[in-house]
Amino acid sequence: MIKAVPKPIEEIIDLVKNFHKVLIVGCDGCVTVCEAGGLKEVQILAASLRLYFTQAKQRLDIDEATLTRQCDREYLGQLKDRIDAYDAVVSLACGCGVQFLAERYQDKIVYPGVNTCFMGVDLERGVYAERCQACGKCILASTGGICPIARCSKRMLNGPCGGSEKGKCEVNPDIDCGWQLIFDRLKILGQLDRFEQPVEPKNWASSRDGGPRKIVREDLRL
Amino acid sequence: MNSTTPSRLEKVLAAGHQAVTSEVGPPRNCDGSVIEHKAQMIKDYVDAINVTDNQTSVTRLCSLAACIRLKLMGLEPVLQMVTRDRNRIALQSDILGAASFGICNILCLTGDHQHFGDHPNAVNVFDLDSTQLLQTVRMMRDEGHLLGGHQVEPRPQMFIGAAANPFADPFEIRVPRLAKKAAAGAQFIQTQCIYNMEKFKLWLKLARERGLTEKVAILAGITPMKNVGMARYMKNRVPGIDVPDEIVKRIGGVPKEKQAEEGIKLAIEQIQELKEEEGVRGFHIMAIEWEEKVPEIVERAGLYPRPQIN
Ligand code: SF4
Ligand code: SF4
Repeated sequence: MIKAVPKPIEEIIDLVKNFHKVLIVGCDGCVTVCEAGGLKEVQILAASLRLYFTQAKQRLDIDEATLTRQCDREYLGQLKDRIDAYDAVVSLACGCGVQFLAERYQDKIVYPGVNTCFMGVDLERGVYAERCQACGKCILASTGGICPIARCSKRMLNGPCGGSEKGKCEVNPDIDCGWQLIFDRLKILGQLDRFEQPVEPKNWASSRDGGPRKIVREDLRL
Repeated sequence: MNSTTPSRLEKVLAAGHQAVTSEVGPPRNCDGSVIEHKAQMIKDYVDAINVTDNQTSVTRLCSLAACIRLKLMGLEPVLQMVTRDRNRIALQSDILGAASFGICNILCLTGDHQHFGDHPNAVNVFDLDSTQLLQTVRMMRDEGHLLGGHQVEPRPQMFIGAAANPFADPFEIRVPRLAKKAAAGAQFIQTQCIYNMEKFKLWLKLARERGLTEKVAILAGITPMKNVGMARYMKNRVPGIDVPDEIVKRIGGVPKEKQAEEGIKLAIEQIQELKEEEGVRGFHIMAIEWEEKVPEIVERAGLYPRPQIN
């Protein structure tokens, strides 16, 4: 899922301080799972802002809403009758949600309330780790199910590099060396022979390098 | 091994000599005379001079320009090229540029992560990795086309090298990794600096058993220690370098003013020991900012004079 972390409250205060009426909109999707932008976080942020502006003796009305998903037109539509009442909106959805909300309500100021980080997994509560960079052409079949693009700091396809030490990456001892993981897994799977085949340069066109991407699934269109 | 390119380094190896290479690190400014000065010091003692490419991810005068300088001095450069900073378009373009100046040795590297350097906030590229760069240079030379398919004529006549680190983990993959680089086109290998002899010899033995030392010319990496501080730093702080405790003890065991000499002595002993090893075809002496010691090391290790090759 998409992982995000809340923006520091000071940054949000700075964004909204000159308005009178602000709506905070959460998302029940990914950002709820990583506890960055769901119902609960909307409530906490709203409460903190109210407290701050009350103490600062500044009048600022803050309302709350949380949609099932902000990356979905149908749910965004649920705001249509009330959004005009606000000077600005702070969206706690991922960057996709923030943009889709702004796209739907063209004349409304929409600010991001979280920092969207990566696509990853929950290792444990409060610990999330990157697993995929959406390169558009998955090579996990040949790398023991571990992605060298997302998990090797140098994105090597023929690694490991010379900096791998005791299973850790040269960049930081807190980062597992992706290639050590690949090696260990290929070994378990009895597929180490795969390793010696030089892997050709990757076609990055299916990745971000091909420009903004779009999927058209004719089979699904109405 | 028959030589196929105009590379003098290749000819030295093909003639069965133990090759000697060393390197110069370009300055962090545009003073090209620094390179000339360093090269002057070592030129008669080595067969070719590597020029590092923004080593440790620190921005420096570019490797290609420095190589051109060496070439204009009548010397034989080895163009080090990392894939960290340039995509395949830029890499291939630099290879063509180098070839246009008659530069005919290249060392294909992935490069350190930019995290270590003076621009840790930079974007990195890593469009290709070192293995893919090897494949690319070989393709340009042997098949005469670019990755994109465009035919190149004349072709860049490159003697192609790669690095190997027998000391990085996992150890089990280090010989297969060498095999992969050989399969991708590496003809010579310059190793990471060797301090753990036992591990190096094990790696070499495994490489020999697979016939890899026949396929690629292995130049053993030698870096003289200046003092015990450097030994400790390399042991603890430089990823992928394996400095056994005995070495730290040995350098630290002599008075401060004698530590440099002890470091040189150790380097010479290492060369002499490795000369006897089947599969070691020469030495790559990386005297980081200590180029003035290279002649002495080469001489005292019995590698001087260098063979005359035309
Ligand atoms: S190969 Fe591409 S799609 Fe597959 S996990 Fe890695 S980045 Fe994601
Ligand atoms: S140490 Fe491992 S993860 Fe880090 S850059 Fe090298 S191969 Fe990749």
